[in-house]
Amino acid sequence: MSAARSRVSSRGRAPVPPFGTFLEANRAAVYRFLTVAVGPADADDCFQETFLAALRAYPRLTEGSKLDRWVMTIASRKAIDHHRARGRRAIPVDEVPEPGPARAASEPMEPTDVQDPLWVAVRSLPPRQRVAVVHRHVLDRPYDEIAELMGCSEETARANVYQGTKRLRELIA
Amino acid sequence: MSPTDLNLKRLAAAADNERRARAAADRLASAAADHDLLDVAVAPVDSPVGELLVAVTQRGLACVAFEDEDRDEIVARLAREISPRILEHPAAADEVRRELDQYFAGARTRFELRLDRRLIHGIARDVLAATARVPFGRTTTYGELAGKIGHPKAARAVGNALGSNPIPIVVPCHRVLRTGGALGGYAGGLARKERLLRLEGVLAV
Repeated sequence: MSAARSRVSSRGRAPVPPFGTFLEANRAAVYRFLTVAVGPADADDCFQETFLAALRAYPRLTEGSKLDRWVMTIASRKAIDHHRARGRRAIPVDEVPEPGPARAASEPMEPTDVQDPLWVAVRSLPPRQRVAVVHRHVLDRPYDEIAELMGCSEETARANVYQGTKRLRELIA
Repeated sequence: MSPTDLNLKRLAAAADNERRARAAADRLASAAADHDLLDVAVAPVDSPVGELLVAVTQRGLACVAFEDEDRDEIVARLAREISPRILEHPAAADEVRRELDQYFAGARTRFELRLDRRLIHGIARDVLAATARVPFGRTTTYGELAGKIGHPKAARAVGNALGSNPIPIVVPCHRVLRTGGALGGYAGGLARKERLLRLEGVLAV
């Protein structure tokens, strides 16, 4: 392309930081995303899987810039895989489970009210819609970035957000 | 833009996100070690010469640094010269901690730790190998060491090599003095060199 462009891209590559530095810079954002994307009870497992995957790929990195997006791409994939692996643990909204110790014991780390209609509704979304909605409406990411993080077109990202949001409205209404 | 009627943001409003994230990050080091994905573990070790920062790899002890050295710079060097897969992981330094504790308690005169010499380059390899053979409680001189590695006139180069020792205390560069008995130099400062030599009975308490 233009000379200006090639000058920008060839100008000093950012060195890959030590993993500990990278982890410290990104742990809070990844944890926040996963808390909503897979739920508080499973956020920790997905967090470990995300950063272990990053650690596995780390020696092959040649560029230290945009690692925040890179790790969020991994986290998005892990969140989607997580739901697929478990099957959707959807709790139908019209069958709110009985409150009580049995429920609490099965989800010991879920500090948020299991019966909170918003959580119930979010949990019932298909994985890709849930992840897209979290990126858009919880973390305020633009659609082009969501597309990049989810490895899809911007159009698909928009459609996922739209359908997810619509479904949430129906469930909450 | 965000649908205010749904108020989705409150789902992420966990006040303790930072604490949970830090706890999860701390657990990562063990998981990484279990999966053999941790190439360099760094950990603090308490000692009478101040808190030490040690770095341990799959091959052994690579680095011992004093508390007044620039920690970020050391970690950056380990990343560059060994691997960027570095995390703080105190458990990985248990053996190093045990031997250092024994040494400082006067209960150990020889370290049995495996060493990772990847931070040692050039002539320093020979110099530090010869230094490692100077026993507890004994000393040598820059000139003598130069002779031992076959460069009798290279006392100054020997001094520089010792100054670059990435594994002080364990590779005992504090046992190298100037001819005539003057202390010479020490990367960790002369006060520490004196302290170590006193511990080993070379200098009077």
